[in-house]
This record gives sequence, C-alpha cells and structure tokens, in this order.
Amino acid sequence: MLKDIPFLPQAASAMAGRVDLLYLFLIAVSVFFFVLVATLVFIFAIRYRKREGGADPTPIHGSLGLELLWTIIPFCLSMVMFGWGAVLYFNMFSPPEDAQNIYVVGKQWMWKIQHPEGNREIDELHVPLGASVRLIMTSEDVIHSFYVPAFRMKMDVVPGRYTSTWFKATKIGKYHLFCAEYCGTKHSEMVGSVYVMDPVEYEDWLNRSTTATKSMAEVGGELFTQLGCQTCHFEQSGGRGPSLHNLYDTPVRLMSGETVKADDGYLRQAILDPAGQVVEGYLPIMPTYKTQVDEEDVLKLIAYIKSLALPQKMSAHPAEENQ
Amino acid sequence: MSNGGSTSQHNGAGENYLTAGYGLKSWLLTTDHKRIAILYLITISIFFALGGLFAVLIRLELLTPAGDLFSSDTYNKLFTMHGLVMIFFFLIPSIPAVVLLGGVDTGWTFYAPYSEAYSNTAVGLTAIGVFITGFSSILTGLNFIVTIHKMRAPGLTWFRLPLFVWAHYATSLIMLLGTPVVAISILLVFLERVFGIGIFDPALGGDPVLFQHLFWFYSHPAVYIMILPSMGVISEIITCFSRKRIFGYSFIAFSSLAIAILGFLVWGHHMFVSSQSIYAGMVFSILTMMVAIPSAVKVFNWTATMYKGTIIYQTPMLYVFGFLGLFTVGGLTGLFLGTLGLDVHVHDTYFVVAHFHYIMVGGAIMGYLGGLHYWWPKITGRMYSEAWAKLSAVIIFIGFNLTFFPQFLVGYLGMPRRYHVYPPEFQIYHVLSTAGASVLAVGYLFPLVYLLWSLAYGEKAGPNPWQAKGLEWTIPSPPPTYNFDVTPVVTEEAYDYESMPREAQFVIEP
Repeated sequence: MLKDIPFLPQAASAMAGRVDLLYLFLIAVSVFFFVLVATLVFIFAIRYRKREGGADPTPIHGSLGLELLWTIIPFCLSMVMFGWGAVLYFNMFSPPEDAQNIYVVGKQWMWKIQHPEGNREIDELHVPLGASVRLIMTSEDVIHSFYVPAFRMKMDVVPGRYTSTWFKATKIGKYHLFCAEYCGTKHSEMVGSVYVMDPVEYEDWLNRSTTATKSMAEVGGELFTQLGCQTCHFEQSGGRGPSLHNLYDTPVRLMSGETVKADDGYLRQAILDPAGQVVEGYLPIMPTYKTQVDEEDVLKLIAYIKSLALPQKMSAHPAEENQ
Repeated sequence: MSNGGSTSQHNGAGENYLTAGYGLKSWLLTTDHKRIAILYLITISIFFALGGLFAVLIRLELLTPAGDLFSSDTYNKLFTMHGLVMIFFFLIPSIPAVVLLGGVDTGWTFYAPYSEAYSNTAVGLTAIGVFITGFSSILTGLNFIVTIHKMRAPGLTWFRLPLFVWAHYATSLIMLLGTPVVAISILLVFLERVFGIGIFDPALGGDPVLFQHLFWFYSHPAVYIMILPSMGVISEIITCFSRKRIFGYSFIAFSSLAIAILGFLVWGHHMFVSSQSIYAGMVFSILTMMVAIPSAVKVFNWTATMYKGTIIYQTPMLYVFGFLGLFTVGGLTGLFLGTLGLDVHVHDTYFVVAHFHYIMVGGAIMGYLGGLHYWWPKITGRMYSEAWAKLSAVIIFIGFNLTFFPQFLVGYLGMPRRYHVYPPEFQIYHVLSTAGASVLAVGYLFPLVYLLWSLAYGEKAGPNPWQAKGLEWTIPSPPPTYNFDVTPVVTEEAYDYESMPREAQFVIEP
C-alpha cells in the first residue's frame, strides 16, 4: 500500500517500509497539531476581530490546567516518536550474525568496493536479493557518507576508522548511491548505483566479472609475504611479533595493561600505527606501514588475518562498531 | 537616514537621537544604544541582501539537473557564503567582513579534515573572522545580562519585564556560555594547521568526529540565538494587536530559559550517522524531544492570547500569523529529525534544508520583519504605507512556502544537500523552489522601497501609533538621545491592555 503513495521513494530494503511507516506516523501527528493551531488562530482572528459592537478584550492571565495539558500531551507523543525511532535505529546498526561483509573505501570522488570473493568495483555495488550485507567502510581522505535512499540507509565514512552499517535488499533493481557528506568540488558527482540481483545471477556475476581471480584473503596473504610480515609474525609464537593465527576477534592484552578486542579497527591501527597499542610481552619495534599500504591494502591484510582464525571464528562475530 | 526625524515634529521635544549630530564620526563612535542599533540594522540589511543574492544564484543553478551555470567550485562557494553570511552576519548579527575577501567552500560547518587539509580556499581568514565575531558575541551577551540585572527601571520587577527582554536574557546566556567553545575550537584548528599538532586530522592522529562535537556544541545553541529574539518580538506584537495581556506570562518567560538550557544538551542530534555511539545517539534523541516541548508551550500560549481579544490586522500582526504557521511547521519537522530511525534517512538531505529554513526564515525572519514594522514608527518617527506592507507580507508568506515546502518532499525522496548536479527526477521540485524564491525576492524588495520612502514622505507617527504598552511608547518618536527626561517608574504588569480606555484602544485605523 505504501508504495502507491507518490511522495515516498522506492522501497528496496527490509528497513525501508518500517522507516516509511514511522514517517507517516510523524506526518499524522504534525498535520493534527498544525491544523489545530492554524484553525484556532483562524477562528480567533475572525471571531474576535476588531469591529463595531465587538466585546471588550477579556483579561485572562493563563490557566495552569491548559499549560499542563499542552505540556504533557506533546511530551507523551514525543516519547512515542523517540522510542519508535530508537528501535529502528538500533536495528539499523545491529547486523545479524550471518551478514556477509563487503568493504567500502571512499575517496575524493569515488566509491571503491571490494567483495571478500575478490571482486572489485568502482561506484557500483552489486548485492544479492534477500541476503544481509554488512558494509565495513573507511575513507582515504575526508569524511564521506554512504547513502542509499531506496534502503533508507546512511552512514558516514570517516578517515582513520572503520564505520559500519547493514541492509537486506528486498527488491531487484538499480538504485541511487549518493555521497551525503560534503566532500569538496565534485561532491555531487560522488554518486553511483546499487544493483540488487537475484542470488543466482549474483553468483554468476561474481564468477563472471574477473576483476580478480583470487579472494581478498588470498591477495592479502600475498601482500603479507611481499611486505615481509612473516619475518616477525610466525605461525607459532616465538617471533619478534605475536602470532596472528587465531587472533581475529579474540581479546589481546596490551603493554599498557588494558585488554582490547582484535577486531578490524584494532588490526587496522596495529598496521598503520603499531606503537599505539603494543601487545604485552613484545617490544615496540614494528615500524608503521602507513607509507607502504593504502586503505584497500589494509582491508586485504585484515581479510588474510581473519582467514588465519579458526573456521568458526571467521564470520561468526561481527566486529564491534569502532569508536 | 538622518532627515527621518526633523526636529519640528515633536511637541517641544527638541532634538532626537537621529538629529543629535550628523557627522560620520558622531555615528561611528556613538555610545547611544539607539544609534548603535541603527548601525546594526543597516549593516545586517546589507548582509541580508548579499546572502539573498547568493541564494538567488544557487536557485538559478538548481533549475536544471546539470551544472550549467557555474562550475562546481563556484557553486560550493556560493552555498557556503550564503550560509556563513546569513548565519554569522545576519541571524547572529555582527560586523566584520573578512569572510568576503577570499571565498570559502567548506560548507558553513567546516568539517575537518576537509576544511584543514583539502580546502585551499580562505578557511584561515574566515576562521579569524568568526573568531573576532565570537568576541563581539560574548561582549554583547555580557552587556545584555548586566543591563537586565542592574539597569531595570524602578518598579520593573522580573515578572513585569516585557517577554522580549526575557527572550534576550536567554539568548545572552547562550552567547556568553557557548561562544567561548567555538573560539577554542578555532584555536585548536589553528594549532593543528600551524604546528601540526594532531587534534582533528586523522593523518596526524587526530579525531575528525571530535571537531563535529565541538562545532555543534556551539552551533546548535546558536540556532536558539537566532530564533529566541524573534519569539520575544512575537510576544510583544501579539499582545498589542490582540489588545490583551499575554496568556501564561511565566510559562513563556521560563520556556525561553528552558530552551536556552536544554539547547546545550542536544548537539549530538546532528551526528546520528557520524559514528558516535548509538547509545549517545539515543540520549541526544530523547533530549531533543524535550527541547521541543517549551517551543510547543510558547505556540499554544500565543494562540491562547488571541482568545477573547480584539484582533487588529495591522502589518506586524500579519507577520505574527505567518510566524505561527511557519514556526509550527519548522518545529514539527524538527521532531522528524530528532527521531533516530527517521533521521538516518533524511540527514543531510533537502529535508533538513527545508526544516531549518522554516525555523530560520519562516520563524526568525518573520519575527525580524514583524519587529521592524512594529518599531519602525518608533525608530524613525514615520509611518510606512500599510497597504504596501500588507501586500509584501502576503507575498513573502506565499513565496516562502513555495520555495521551501517542495524541499521537504524532495528531501524525503533522497535528494542530498550541497549538490551542484542532481538526478533529473528531482527537477520538478527544484523548479517549484526556484519559482518560489523569485516570488520571495520580490516580497523582500518591496519593504526596502516603501520603508525608505516613508523616511521622507511617511505620515508622522507620534509617540504611540499602536496605542501600545511598554516604556518605549511613552516617549517621542524618534526618541531623544537620553530617552527619558525623568526615570520612569513602573507600576503595572507587562501588556496591561485591558485597562486602557476603549476609545483610546486604537488611533490609526487599518
């Protein structure tokens, strides 16, 4: 029914209809209050206009009852809005356990996308119908924002950290992808398309588009060797750096005494700013790889480190949202 | 300007503040608050025209989906300058013109790291400009607070103060407490740019989201700096043209303070998708809902004030009607943006653009124009043409809605803000919007003409053309330099219109 209303955009995700319903609720409340105020102003303006034989103005100081009434009713309604909105918001940022990851790197002025299978695309995102997809995103330069109106989904893409959001596409088609955070000259051209495909066709697309024949983890493994990481990070412990096997998503005790989780954000920092969070029992001797890898490389290295974890660890626990 | 009050018009009043001296020096170095106000008025009117010119150029560019009128860089500068000029030089009025020297393209929010490392426009100069402006804001706020505490007339107790004064008191609190934060933020940007200390730029180990926190900690309360004075104006006008005291005086007074205080606690609602914690988002959302309540209370009290009054459709009152309608729409759509799950979709779209124009233009500028028409006879001693003024008020109301209402629709459809080029399916809404802006521009030009005309040819106003209450209406128009010959003593509540004799209720017939 909702899709027949012309002022709503296309709805192509599980969240879209729920957001539209909330929108219509707020419109209903707003129309009620606007009509109430407008009608009262209109009636008073006509009824009490200055005219011959009109009654003298009546002194009225106020009414505590009315004040309470028009404080409490709007308050209660606004709390309904808050609660309803908060539930949707919580869902928008709580991906289901089985969500598959796709990686997004924003830069002036393009979207670079990597699929774990190794496929890469620019300004296009192909996703299968009905699957939960979690986006893990970062920026190489300034803040961008990944916005797909048809999914009612938006999340800032911030340099120096990973942000994440998720969606489940429910309608096959091609949809707008916009950058929603002002990012410079060609901000309005940092746009693209999201293609929602039938799962079979999607598999076909993954195999057909030969931007890469290796998975992200495999490419990451090659990069790992090229950079010489294995000279310190042995498979077993005993190297100058800690072993990276079975590390992903486990707690790590740091030299500072605090314990952090080895999630995507932690691994990213460990590669780019290793002195920041040194693991207990190791010397702060690792140099930064800032100048040798870009954000896309970092994602590949992390994909490789993930693949070194126990199979059940691999995709079971999505990384915590990075603060 | 200065022939606006030739000395002969007053009943033996002699000189007034406009005729007290004609030299440039007597204006620029004046310590008379009324002369300073005139300087403010002229300055902000020029800036308003300038900001309006930028808006016209923006609207012309957006007539077509392609970027065919300006380059992207020019367009980006235009919307940045439009925002900066309107906010910092009109809505939060102040003087320096540094911003006009170089051109800036960061959006008025200056989000790091774009503003620091990637923009090669005059961000530095602009920052200095805003910094200086900040000091004038702090001092202005301090001045108002001290004046309200210490220089009230005898008998003018706190609860006899005009609500306009309460509104300014709340505004001044925000200026005094909020502005130092923006000054500190600018100082931190300076440290980062000049000394390379990592504060906001992730390349230096800084945190760009921290900048957003600091920016909005000031800039959200700043929104209330813009709207509170207009709310005060509405209270003055609606009582005068309903010939009736205000309904719920203390609720309106305290709601101003509530807005000022709660306004400091809601900055995070600009950052629901910025990667701040979702639980922080929830706290900011619930606080945002609370700040809507005092605004709703005001609207209901103003409406109730008209009940059983004697309503007179003079121009200032038309602006009050306009304000009530537009501010209500602006406030209600604010709830959409405060609602978390909904904001994710409409954040940084035209929905936001429409919302804050309903508050800033529909609310603040309606209040500004209402106040200008209400106090014009007091300021200049002359009446303007009522017919022309009414016509302009109607044109402005129609033009405004035609400009900004379509933006709610296109915003929900997904049109992002700050877009130079856009998908063709959004064009119809932009065409409507540009058409509305043309109407609005005409509506704004009329007052410029008939108000200036009134300075020379307007009927003499006399001390109190509206038969209004309030101390300023007991002295000649324009007032003498020292305002009151004898310090007035206040013996009655504000807006005690009902006690006026019926035959004195209204002198000038509409």
